Amino acid sequence: MTDLIERFLAGERRALSRILTRVENGTPEGREYLRQLYPRSGRAHTIGVTGGAGSGKSSLTGSLAAELRRRGHEVGVIAVDPSSPFTQGAILGDRIRMQDLVLDPGVFVRSMASRGALGGLAPTIDDVVAVMDAFGFPYVFIETVGAGQDEVEIAGTALTTVLVNNPGTGDDIQALKAGIIEIADILVVNKADRPGADVLVSQLRALLSLAPSEGRDVPILSTVATTGDGVPELVDAIDEHRAWLDSSGELDKHRRQEARHQVLSVAQRILLERVRRETSEDALAELVAQVAGRGLDPHTAAEQLVEQGELV
Amino acid sequence: MTASPETTAGQKIRVLIAKPGLDGHDRGAKIVARALRDGGCEVIYTGIRQTPQMIAEAALQEDVDVVGLSILSGAHLELFPRIVEELRSRGLDDVLLFCGGIIPEEDTDALEAMGFSAIFRPGTNTRDIVSFVYDNASSE
Ligand code: B12
Ligand SMILES: Nc1nc2c(ncn2[C@@H]2O[C@H](COP(=O)(O)OP(=O)(O)OP(=O)(O)O)[C@@H](O)[C@H]2O)c(=O)[nH]1
Ligand SMILES: [Mg+2]
Repeated sequence: MTDLIERFLAGERRALSRILTRVENGTPEGREYLRQLYPRSGRAHTIGVTGGAGSGKSSLTGSLAAELRRRGHEVGVIAVDPSSPFTQGAILGDRIRMQDLVLDPGVFVRSMASRGALGGLAPTIDDVVAVMDAFGFPYVFIETVGAGQDEVEIAGTALTTVLVNNPGTGDDIQALKAGIIEIADILVVNKADRPGADVLVSQLRALLSLAPSEGRDVPILSTVATTGDGVPELVDAIDEHRAWLDSSGELDKHRRQEARHQVLSVAQRILLERVRRETSEDALAELVAQVAGRGLDPHTAAEQLVEQGELV
Repeated sequence: MTASPETTAGQKIRVLIAKPGLDGHDRGAKIVARALRDGGCEVIYTGIRQTPQMIAEAALQEDVDVVGLSILSGAHLELFPRIVEELRSRGLDDVLLFCGGIIPEEDTDALEAMGFSAIFRPGTNTRDIVSFVYDNASSE
């Protein structure tokens, strides 16, 4: 255990990789690694890349990482793809769009499955981000699963949220309906080589003018992720957002909100695990049967579950 | 983070499915990837045209338990030893290695000596591949 931590601190990528697995799995060992490494996190600029399925999140993340490498920075990437709700398996394919980075020793790409988490990320995403951060990457990208309408968890996990839109897909209407636009610190119109990009930019600008501004104008940038067009400007915008977070006091606010959210959600998980541990399968089945038969409502049943002891 | 109540922390078998070299036959690799996904594994698919270094580096970054190589071009005896060497040089000597595709019977011994635990040829039922992984891989 200390051996792996030492190798991690010496910058050994294999040690990072092994610790990530344990932390992702949330094993007791993984939690101990997190406990030791957490104080070293908090330095990275964490950037969420979200948007519809196939909008170019992975391609864009790859181009952003390449541009940051040209500027001399090391980059960590965490790419989340969905787990099958039926088999709990997953095909993680985001790497395919980041091929040029594979052999760059200044880049580390890790794929994660959503493992049943709603919200576009994975149950232990914040822990995994903290480990990447603690390893010393100054930039850590987090690609969400192809988000639909209410996958907004990323705004808590990342300091800067980039929302990727495409021309000709009705993304403006989607954004309006879902309110997902409210989590965006930067709006991107990717696939700007396709018709309709200018129209989408002006539609998004009109939408933004309706939203309450928080002392900062949300920039809208056009990119072609596959060629890198517009990517340097996007990196500049990402850096500017970080500078604004620092100078406006929003950074501290974000960190406190996020810490509160994490503490409460872990508490929730611990309570749930306790209930599951202290309830026998038979007692649970009995309650479930009563609810299914409409003899008992779900709230009363859950209260009975939580009133431990009686059911064990 | 919001998770469904039945989701628990857990270990999953992580598998890298890779296509080395210039071989563009990717149907088999995709079918195997999907079968393993349906069997409950987390499968990282690299896409085609991977060099030995790229495959080993992906295996390292993804901390996979299993590396599966798919090859139909006939270049396995050239490429596979280099992949094994790249894995070893990164300290990945405990991954389970297996492969499939157009691989003549007479190459079986050479591949086993390199560390490949199994070879699956055309016509294999993917259920056998999934069972092989569950019987032989240890997740952590
Ligand atoms: C379809 C096909 C193509 C398609 C490929 C489409 C695609 N995107 O995949 C096209 C038309 C593009 C094509 C092109 C060529 N092909 Co072709 N092709 C075939 C063919 C007819 C079927 C392959 C296939 O898709 N099978 C279906 C899949 C599901 O089966 P599979 O890949 O074997 O996978 C199964 C198992 O092998 C195993 N498996 C496979 N991979 C893995 C990996 C792991 C980890 C595991 C556990 C198991 C496993 O599990 C799978 C499920 O059972 C084969 C002949 C044959 N009968 O195999 C020739 C064949 C593979 N092609 C051949 C050749 C020569 C070519 C070309 C060079 C032809 C040319 N001169 O242009 C080009 C090269 C293209 C390139 N860039 O590589 C030769 C290869 C000869 C050799 N190795 O000595 C073959 C064997 C035909 C022949 N008899 O000559 N081809
Ligand atoms: N024309 C064009 N195609 C692009 C652009 N960006 C990405 N693509 C293509 O769009 C497809 C999807 O790209 P990805 O980067 O995989 O998109 P994604 O949002 O990560 O997809 P998921 O993770 O599956 O939701 C690929 O075929 C890319 O090559 C772009 O700017 N222009
Ligand atoms: Mg992607």
